[in-house]
Order: sequence, then structure tokens, then C-alpha cells
Amino acid sequence: MAELGVAPIRGSLALNPSYEQQTWEGIMHRRAFLKTVATIAAAGGLATPAISQRAAARTLRFVPQADLANFDPIWNTQYVVRNGAVLIWDMLYGADDRLQPRRQMVEAEETSADGLVWTFRLRSGLKFHDGEPVLARDVVASIARWEARDNMGLMLKAIEQELTAIDDSTFRWTLKKPFPKLLIALGKIGTPSCFIMPARIAATDPFKPINEYVGSGPMKLVRDEWVPGARAVFEKFADYVPRQEPESWVAGGKRMLLDRIEWITIPDPATASAALQSGEVDWWETPLADLVPLLRKNRNVAVDIKDPLGNIGDFRMNHLHPLFNDVRARRAILTAMSQEDYMRAIVGDDDTLWKPLPSFLTPGTLLYTEDGGDIVKGPRNLDVAKRLLGESGYAGQPVTCVVAQDIAITKAMGDVTADLLSRLGIKVDFVATDWGTNAARRAQKSPPGQGGWHMFHSWHAGAVCVDPSSYTPIRANGDKAWFGWPTSAKVEAAIESWYDATSLDEEKAAMRRLNRAAFEDVVYAPTGFFLEYQAWRKNVNGIVKGPLPFFWGVSKTV
Amino acid sequence: MMNYVIRRILATIPVMAVVALFVFSLLYIAPGDPAAVIAGDQATPADVERIRASLGLDRPFLIRFGEWSWQVLHGDLGTSIFTNLPVAAMIAQRIEPTLSLMAVTLAFAVTVAVPIGVVAAWRADTLIDRAIMAFAVLGFSVPVFVIGYVLAYVFGLQFDWLPVQGYTPFAEGFGPWIENLILPALALGCVYIALIARTTRAAMLEVMQQDYIRTARAKGIGQAGLLFVHALKNAAVPIVTVIGIGMALLIGGAVVTETVFAIPGIGRLTVDAILRRDYPVIQGVVLLFSFVYVVVNLVVDLTYTVLDPRIRY
Repeated sequence: MAELGVAPIRGSLALNPSYEQQTWEGIMHRRAFLKTVATIAAAGGLATPAISQRAAARTLRFVPQADLANFDPIWNTQYVVRNGAVLIWDMLYGADDRLQPRRQMVEAEETSADGLVWTFRLRSGLKFHDGEPVLARDVVASIARWEARDNMGLMLKAIEQELTAIDDSTFRWTLKKPFPKLLIALGKIGTPSCFIMPARIAATDPFKPINEYVGSGPMKLVRDEWVPGARAVFEKFADYVPRQEPESWVAGGKRMLLDRIEWITIPDPATASAALQSGEVDWWETPLADLVPLLRKNRNVAVDIKDPLGNIGDFRMNHLHPLFNDVRARRAILTAMSQEDYMRAIVGDDDTLWKPLPSFLTPGTLLYTEDGGDIVKGPRNLDVAKRLLGESGYAGQPVTCVVAQDIAITKAMGDVTADLLSRLGIKVDFVATDWGTNAARRAQKSPPGQGGWHMFHSWHAGAVCVDPSSYTPIRANGDKAWFGWPTSAKVEAAIESWYDATSLDEEKAAMRRLNRAAFEDVVYAPTGFFLEYQAWRKNVNGIVKGPLPFFWGVSKTV
Repeated sequence: MMNYVIRRILATIPVMAVVALFVFSLLYIAPGDPAAVIAGDQATPADVERIRASLGLDRPFLIRFGEWSWQVLHGDLGTSIFTNLPVAAMIAQRIEPTLSLMAVTLAFAVTVAVPIGVVAAWRADTLIDRAIMAFAVLGFSVPVFVIGYVLAYVFGLQFDWLPVQGYTPFAEGFGPWIENLILPALALGCVYIALIARTTRAAMLEVMQQDYIRTARAKGIGQAGLLFVHALKNAAVPIVTVIGIGMALLIGGAVVTETVFAIPGIGRLTVDAILRRDYPVIQGVVLLFSFVYVVVNLVVDLTYTVLDPRIRY
């Protein structure tokens, strides 16, 4: 229903400005008239509540990427939950626009010479939304809950000797072995991030949701106005004291120029597009690429790249069962697949939105490497791929390809894959389903004919794919790995060496080994790197590009 | 009469029990897993398993069904898996937009459909009749979401007369409330108008052949009085029946309409819950819809006695 977003077309009438002006003035009068009639008609003359211009300028209406049904950022690790959580909860450290951890709630930290004892001092004046001060014991309880759910947290927990509050503002973390990436772990924006909650809330089982949404972040949730799945309202937290440094992603001074932010979930992209064009909302996080040309025609709407770190497409194969338990079959896919086909299916004809990716890492970032990525470069070779398939023992059995049809990106990739497989002579059992079913089915380890699967598609935020800290899908530790359960000792060794690295050069070397090994063993098939757009009304200022919407520094005029 | 009402109300209990069992069983065998959705894309299979266990989704069917039934019998529809809020509270939060949408749609549809159905019957086989019936076929054939998009494009974007999405509670004033409901009610009402108009026409045509109509006409009663007093009242039973049956259409249509116009009602709650596999919410909403449908049918049956004194229960 792309027509919904079409900018007004008034043909030759548009050549006559005076006529156009007259017409639209008339229309505006009609609208005012309708409003007046409706108001008068109301019993007792119920008045339309007037929102003052100033209040309107301090209220931002935002359309998030997905429905926000829950706020627990530890229990529910969906990105949209984290995006809302950064408003409510603060973090000890925050990643800046170079993804470097910067002090946030922490005033200073101290490390022992052997790297085993870390002592942290909190900033003074930190308060939770209920007025209580943020204490070291709140931090200790919050870290404990986060540790149980996060990959890096689990690694820390495994080497943790003691995590304790020394006094109200100081806590100490004693480890059994050094962990050079500790600050990255505390400041990362990959989910779950280490948000700090009051100890009574953080005591909740990390596998059960919390009931109170009390944080110390720059905004607080207006619980009375929260309609899960439809609307969430945040109000400025008056007692929040931002850091003095300039804001940079989730680091620096989070200065709120808005009094109120309304998250309005609009499930239908065409409706969201219309709402943005008509000024009913101010900022749309992820407009469909198909609708962007229409939005660009509206003089009141600005469109730009959402996140320069973009996304990496993932064609995931099941390493547990034939056919893809044979690395030759997986390599056949890499040999035959055209990343361009996948990317064009996702983003359309806009060449600025995608690039081929002979890597598992986010292009343009410090550790990016193309080592070992030749297999996805250059002209595609179906003959070699067919030969590899033959060598893997493929004999015409159906291959179960599970494709979520309700998500544009997975649907697009699924269609390209179906075509690719048929060109390779593979019999496809194409399971068109919804994301909920896909999410459940991909967790099945049973053979494809018994409820399992051969392949599905997903994608990963580029911010996650910069290093292994939050990059779960790159892990190749068999049963403990992400869906598909790849096993590769070389990949795991490279990841371990990254964790142990103490210099940038060491980290880069580790990532070169990781990329090479991941292509050799085909942990998954990267389908390319792609960007997404965001769109906003031009009276909104201060929107920055990033992996999540940052509301600090954003202002609005009426 | 009172015995009949009591019998009918009591009969809703086994109906609701069957619905409950059916819905629970259907969800049990349906693919999908809320734990996988909650866990998010970065979670490992082990995380998904632990969440599933914490939600009690790994327990046998009979135990889960028994617990849920016991809760429902005590007036507790359970707690949403995702929001951790009581299902009853979530439904209460969403009921106003849906009731408003249905009420405005119903009022609009009946106001338009009955007169045009009467006119079509009065001018049977003329151009007016054919035009009305063509509109009815069109209204019945075009999906609600298509009508919704067209209305939003024309009246929301092109003319900027009405908002394209959202809902304003009635407590904030009649103006904003109705402003948000006009387009959704128009979209949802089309199919309903078509249904009622066609039924009205058919019923009126039959009644207009009756002797008492000829007698009334012979007595010199004016056309309006003849149509709307003598004929329409006697044609009302099938019309009321269709209005009642049409409630199911309205409930189904509200799901789509609320999604297209981003109205935070029960319909959207249902869609969201299905996509996320939020079982307690799905079960609660389906039970509610079933109950509403049973009650509407009861009201329709009772209305017959008012419209036709010959009918007695």
C-alpha cells in the first residue's frame, strides 16, 4: 500500500500558487470548521484540551522499530527494549560513537597491578526515580543479575572471586584471572546491557521479568499512561545530573531538552509514513526503504541513514544434520551466493544502502578485516558449487528453509535463497511462516523432517558485529553456540585470543584469524552489509546516527 | 420469558467451557514459542530453555489447562507472559477504543444502511436500486484495510481533515474522540452497510407484497409512512438478525481496522498477542469475544419479542 505515502499530486493546479494557497487555506478552514462543529456538538460543550505551543515543543512523538511490550532489559533482550531502557536506567559506563566505554555513573576506577582487583567509585548525587540515592549495593545487585544473562557477564562470573560494596559509593570486583575487556562488558550496548537498578528490583530472578521500572536515567516512565504494545510515555527526571562531557551515543552528558517523549507503536508502515507526513508523529525510527522516496517528497520530512554501523545479513545453516553438517555443502552455498542479490532484495535499487561483505565484521570499524573472505568475492560459480554439493553426498533430499514472511528483511532473503537453491539443483521445502514460529523452530535441534530445520535467515546489528563481546552468532562452540550450533576450534581459539589481547594489534590479529576461520568452517553465510533509514519532521533537531535512538540533545520547535 | 433468559445465560457456561478448551488446545499445538521471542536474537538456546521453564511452558498440557481453568473460574484470566501485567487489566485498558469503534461503526452503518435498503426496495429494479446494490457488492467485496488506506490517504493526507492514526479517550472531549474514529468507522462500516442494506432490501421487498401493505396504500397512507412505519417494522426481524450476526464481522474487522489506524484496542492486542504467542492474553481475548457474541445473540433473540409480539419464549 505504498500509495498511502504519496505526496500530494495536484497536477497543473500546482503551477498556480495562488490557487493552491487558496485551496489549502480553504481546506484548513474546513478542518477548523469541522473541529468547531464537533466541539459544539459535544454534550455540555466539552472542550478540546489545548496543548500549549511550548508544551508541544517539549513533547516528542516517536515511532519505535517494534512494539514495546516490556521494559526489563535483562529478561527481554530485544533491541527495542534496550532502546527504551536507556532512557530509564543508567549504566556504569557508556559506549561512545567509537564504541569505546566511557565513565557514566562511575566517577573513577582503579585496577591493581596484576589486573585482578577493580575498585569503582560512583559519582555523587546519583538518584533513582523514587528519590532514593544510588548506592554501591544497588550496583552489585544489578551486576549480579546482568551477569547471569550476558555472555561476557557469564565469563566474568566464572572468574569472579568477589563482588562487594565497600561503602555507599564504592564497590570492588576481585577476579581470579585478569579480564582486560571488563569496561567494554560494562559499557557495551549489545543486549543485555548492564543497567543499574535498585537492589530490591535487581534481586529478581534474571529469567523472570521485573515489575517495577525504577531507574536513575534521564527520563522516567509514566506508568499510568503506559499501554503495553501501543504507547509508552517518558517524562524528564528532574533530579538527573548529566555528566559535563558532551554527549556521544550512550556516553557523556545526557542533557534532555524535551520534557516528554511519547513512544507510539504503529504496526503498519504505510500508516506510520502517513502519520509522519501529516505531522502526527515527529520521528520514525525505521521507515521501509520502499517508502523513503515518498517521504523525501514531503518538504517537512527529513530522511537520513539511521545507523552508520548498519546490519549484517545472516543465512544460517544447521550444522547438526545432513546436508549442512558437511562443510563442503556450506562452502557450496558461499561459492554460489550473490550478496548483491540479497542486498537488492532487502534495500531495493538504492546502491548507497548496501555493500558486499567478505567479512563477518562491521565494515569501517577498527577491527574490520577481509582475511579469508575471497570465497564470496567475484563472479559466482554455480558449477563449482554443484561439484561441492555432489562431494558432500547430496542426493536430492528436500532442504527445509524456514522463512519468516512477516518481516520484510527475512522474507526478502528467503526468496533469494529459494531461487539460489533451485539453481543449485537443491529440492527446497520452503516453510513460509511468521517470526514467532521461526523463532521457536530455529531452537529445535531435531532433524529437519521431525520439526527441525536446515536453514533460516536473520540479521545482526553492525554495532554488535564489531568484536566478539556481544556477537553471539559468531560463536562456534557447538551445543552452546547460536542456532545452527556450529563447531570450530579455530573460531573459538581466535575469540579467546581477542579476549586475552592487551593491545589493538593483538586484537586485530585475533580478528583476522577469526574471519578466516569463520569462512573456512562457514559459521554462517553473510549475505551482505546494509543500512537503514530513519525519518523525522524538520522541526526536530539534534537527531544523530547510531545503533539506537538517542534522545538527549534532541529538541523540537513548533 | 425470564426463565428463557436464565436458561440462555446458563447455556453460555458450557459454550464458554468448550471455547476455552478449544482455544487452549489450539494454542498448545500451534507452532511458536514465547520464550524464543522474549529471549531475543542474541540469546543462546540454553537461555530460551531457561525462560521457557521459568514461564512453566515445559509442563504437561493437562496441568497447564487445569491451572488456567481454575484461575478463570476464580475470575482471573492470568498474567501476560510479556508485560507481566494481569490480562484482565490489559483488556480493561484496551476495551474503550474497541467499544467506541464498534459503537460508532454500528450507529453509522445502521443509520446509512437501513434507509438505503428501504429506498432500494421502494425503487426496486430502477437505476437507484442498482446503484445501491452495486455499492453494497463493492462494500462487501473490498477488504477493510484497502478502504482504510484509501480513506486515510484522501482525508488524512490529501485534505488533512482527519488524523490517520491513534485514539483519543472520550474523557478528553467528544471532538478529539470522534475525530479519531470517523475514518476507522467508515472503513469498518462499509462491509456492514452492505450486509444490512441487502438484507433490508430483501426483507422489504417481501413485506411490500403483503396484503396489509396494499390495504394501507388503499387507505391513502403516504409513502414515507408506508415504508418506514408499516413495512419496515414488519421487515425488522431479519434485519435485526443480520445486525446481530454482523457483530462477528465487526469484531473480526476491528482487528484489521485497529492495526491499520493504530488504535490501541482489543483487536490490536489480539494481533500482537498472537504474533508473540502471549498465550494468556490470546485465551483471555478469545473468551471475551466469545462471551460478547453469545450475549449479542441473546439480545437479538430478545429483541424479536419486541418487534414481533407473536414471538414468545
